Amino acid sequence: MEYYAGAYDIAVIGAGHAGIEASLSAARLGCSVAVFTINLDAVGNMPCNPSIGGTGKGHLVREIDALGGEMGKAADKTFIQSRMLNLGKGPAVHSLRIQSDRRAYHQLMKHTLESQSGLDLRQGEIVEIRAKDGRVSQVVTRLGAVFDVKAIVIATGTYLSGRIHIGEVNYEGGPDGMFAAKSLSESLRALGLDLMRFKTGTPSRVNKNSIDFSQLEGQPGDGRIIPFSFETEDPGVNRAVCHIAYTNAETHRIIKENLHRSPLYGGRIEGIGPRYCPSIEDKVVRFADKERHQFFIEPMGIDTDEMYLQGLSSSLPEEVQLKFLHTIKGFENLKVMRTAYAIEYDCINPLELEPTLETKKIAGLYGAGQFNGSSGYEEAAAQGLVAGINAALKIKGQQPMILDRAGSYIGTLIDDLVTKGTKEPYRMMTSRSEYRLVLRQDNADERLTPTGYKIGLITGKRYERFLEKERLIKEEKSRVERTSIAPSQVLCDLLVLKGTAPIKTGVKMSELLKRPQISYEDLAPFDGQRIPLPYAVTEQVEISIKYEGYIKREKAQINEMRRLETRALPKDIDYKDIRGLRIEAREKLNKIRPINIGQASRISGVNPADIAVLIIYLEQNK
Amino acid sequence: MSETIAAISTALLPAGLGVIRISGDSAVQTAQKIWRGRKKLTELAPNTAAVGEAVFLDTPIDECVALVFCAPHSYTGEDVVEISCHGGVYLVCRVLEAAISAGARIAQPGEFTKRAFLNGKLDLTRAEAVMDLIGAQGEAAARAALSQHEGALFKTIEKLKQQLVEISADITAWVDFPDEGVPSLEPETLKSNLEEVLSALDNLSKNFSRGRIIKEGVETAIVGRPNVGKSTLMNALAGYEKSIVTDVPGTTRDVVEDSVNFAGFVLRLWDTAGLRETKDAVESIGVARAREKLDAAQLVLAVFDGSRELNEDDNKIIENIKNRNAIAVINKCDLPLKIDREYIERKTKHVVYLSADKGEGIGALEEIIRELTDIAGFDPGAALVANGRQLECVRRAIDGARDALEAVNFGMTLDAVSVGVNDAVTAFCELTGERASDEVINRVFSKFCIGK
Repeated sequence: MEYYAGAYDIAVIGAGHAGIEASLSAARLGCSVAVFTINLDAVGNMPCNPSIGGTGKGHLVREIDALGGEMGKAADKTFIQSRMLNLGKGPAVHSLRIQSDRRAYHQLMKHTLESQSGLDLRQGEIVEIRAKDGRVSQVVTRLGAVFDVKAIVIATGTYLSGRIHIGEVNYEGGPDGMFAAKSLSESLRALGLDLMRFKTGTPSRVNKNSIDFSQLEGQPGDGRIIPFSFETEDPGVNRAVCHIAYTNAETHRIIKENLHRSPLYGGRIEGIGPRYCPSIEDKVVRFADKERHQFFIEPMGIDTDEMYLQGLSSSLPEEVQLKFLHTIKGFENLKVMRTAYAIEYDCINPLELEPTLETKKIAGLYGAGQFNGSSGYEEAAAQGLVAGINAALKIKGQQPMILDRAGSYIGTLIDDLVTKGTKEPYRMMTSRSEYRLVLRQDNADERLTPTGYKIGLITGKRYERFLEKERLIKEEKSRVERTSIAPSQVLCDLLVLKGTAPIKTGVKMSELLKRPQISYEDLAPFDGQRIPLPYAVTEQVEISIKYEGYIKREKAQINEMRRLETRALPKDIDYKDIRGLRIEAREKLNKIRPINIGQASRISGVNPADIAVLIIYLEQNK
Repeated sequence: MSETIAAISTALLPAGLGVIRISGDSAVQTAQKIWRGRKKLTELAPNTAAVGEAVFLDTPIDECVALVFCAPHSYTGEDVVEISCHGGVYLVCRVLEAAISAGARIAQPGEFTKRAFLNGKLDLTRAEAVMDLIGAQGEAAARAALSQHEGALFKTIEKLKQQLVEISADITAWVDFPDEGVPSLEPETLKSNLEEVLSALDNLSKNFSRGRIIKEGVETAIVGRPNVGKSTLMNALAGYEKSIVTDVPGTTRDVVEDSVNFAGFVLRLWDTAGLRETKDAVESIGVARAREKLDAAQLVLAVFDGSRELNEDDNKIIENIKNRNAIAVINKCDLPLKIDREYIERKTKHVVYLSADKGEGIGALEEIIRELTDIAGFDPGAALVANGRQLECVRRAIDGARDALEAVNFGMTLDAVSVGVNDAVTAFCELTGERASDEVINRVFSKFCIGK
């Protein structure tokens, strides 16, 4: 019983973190957008941990914000605890992480979508995608509504052919008790797309009142709160405390004795799970010599007593879960509210995607988030933003936005996915980047805001403010590099106190600042001409001077790498016809179809000699 | 801006001439750093040649001819310097090594041709032929890499790589998984780990020289005043007659070269003209060259006639070899000894008594040569860095590890330390053809129990 229901420029399938950014960016760029979700009460849901950010992920959120995305702003408005991780380990790895009020976040995001002009939020399951002449044409809902569309962003998360596993029990289902999306997988296969099966898991949610917190160690938020968004003016306050708890020998004994009942160890799960998100049974088996494993108790929100047990995900039978939980100190009388489960789902082999996140086979079909083989809200949002922007740019007949590895973690994430593929749900980490001293979370605006402005997601007002900040940084940096400080007893005493050598003659302030022991703040009393500047400015001045040598080195590597990125490879090359390429390289290149020499050089199985051949080929076909 | 690259552009075979080609924006400046001649290469007119010496760390390698070509009139279309030296694997490799230490990078297979093509110096048919060739080289390189899999080099590299990856994984786990019970990384631990790796890397790069000794032989000069039996000794070592041996002093008028397989490795012997003051014009040239050889040699066998007393020429030689890797060979021990044993044993570290003529005492000489050339401590199965590309990777790894160590010592934060560590890991993974970040991430997950 189909009926024609109307036309949109873009249909976004899914209203999770990827779907939200995709639909908002496309609508803000002037496209008409329909967002379909299986359940309106699950918009922007956090079916796993109630937190945003963390190492690498915090960088992504700041980059999303710098480009004009939504996640950072929503996180700032709904956080209940904020921490900057890795303080003391260097600015490149400082990572912001917040605990979110999960329902507040959902409410805010849902309302943001509802109030966005050009965007229609619809409850509905898409069961079919139709293509005509190799490009998308329509989407069909379970209720038979047919919409004409020019582009589609698939952001199905773990819903796509989702299957829940808890011990011997398994059934079709999405996260948090939602329905799974059943028919779409088949439709995608019919379009010729290569689907994979991944697995992930989540721990139990428990009632706060059943925990004896007197036996546990608290973990409060930071004193100085730094927001995610470069636009947020009021940083807000911490409203919740997390707690740390530990498993013990008895916990491990129960888990080991019941391993055969785990669907993973029992062979009932075929999907591949992420190594960085191991279940507690994985941890106990793989690190058998560890006497205890640490985990965190995190509040799910302000108006609820539900708590999340970060680090205890499991797919053991419910009764076994209860048994091992009760062995934990402070959990003697624990009451579980939601049982931990593993979930299997379908996703696309990301090698099927262009760096724009459009599929190579079907024009106008984009993927984002877990559907692309990644894991995590932040990774999803980042891809959603890129997919939404590119879908809109394509409809508007403009050049796509491709972010490179040297400019952002978002670019690194996408390049890794579409160039190397992935065998497990891909998570961002700072070590994924070769250029982490350049790609810091504190300078995301410097790296990406001009792009966001050019595309049209950053307002003129915000851009003006950004330019002003850049100007102040430049001026202050050059002042610090010009200004000399005379040696004085007070200064020398301070230097010695900080564990560094005193000075005998006047030195440039920047020279002192290069010493790891000395901060910009330390030099205030000796710097008569200093004018008060925002922390965001002085932070940039300090980092750029202190790490100058290292940053220079990375920038040199970046220039070298970007040289290769400028050499585009034509779309219609048949690598089989190129003489001199090795057979493995021909096959890989034909499959992945890199957009430029730089991307080609990162494909495993393509070696430097192959690259030399490609460069020569390019030149001779100029 | 093109990087300056260098490679040997003649076949690595014993030949009359070997050519090292340097190309890139600072080719001429780089070449000048290893050049000693009347005219500076940087002041040379384009397309002209100069005679001079190639030097490595101020030590002359060989007398060479340098040709300077200026962009675009060169093979690659860039500034190019071609240094021709005497052929043979050893000298040519030394010159290349010098060029690399002066800042050039080892050229990749086909890179000169690639640049030539990119700069419009090659036509299409030639370019295609080159592509076939590069492809073939890729296969050859792959085969070579495969055969190394079995070898000691592979094992050593693998072990060192593991150590580097381990350091990087420690840093990664510590920064990427805070709050997850990963043991904190103390600067002291990091420092000692880096120092350990550095010393192993240094060894590997030193083994490059040792490996060369095995492959190319030890440059050994035989010196002594006329008629002490130098040629006889050489013949005794070589096992056949090569030098003209007569009783008339000064019959060896030039440097006679020979390679002998001795004690399991190759001695490249230079039987030199007797070192003495002479008025004979031809002989004096021979004497001059003998002195040069003496200065350049890795090992000196100073031969003395045991049946005669030391004279002025002998004493000069004794002075000359004082601080050298030298052995005093007291020859003609089958005759009554008249030489001042006590004096010569006090003045020189290693003394061997033998009779080259009768072949007695050669075994003792063998012992000492082994000891002096460091071959004694050399395990033929131990890792040798096999070629220039590999050596360059090792050097880059050393640079990276050193920078990291410096950053630790300076008190920099871990993110800065990791810049050097990552360079080192990347350089090493290049040796084995793996991807640095994958290696590190794999290690992180197998070593630490992390993840929520």
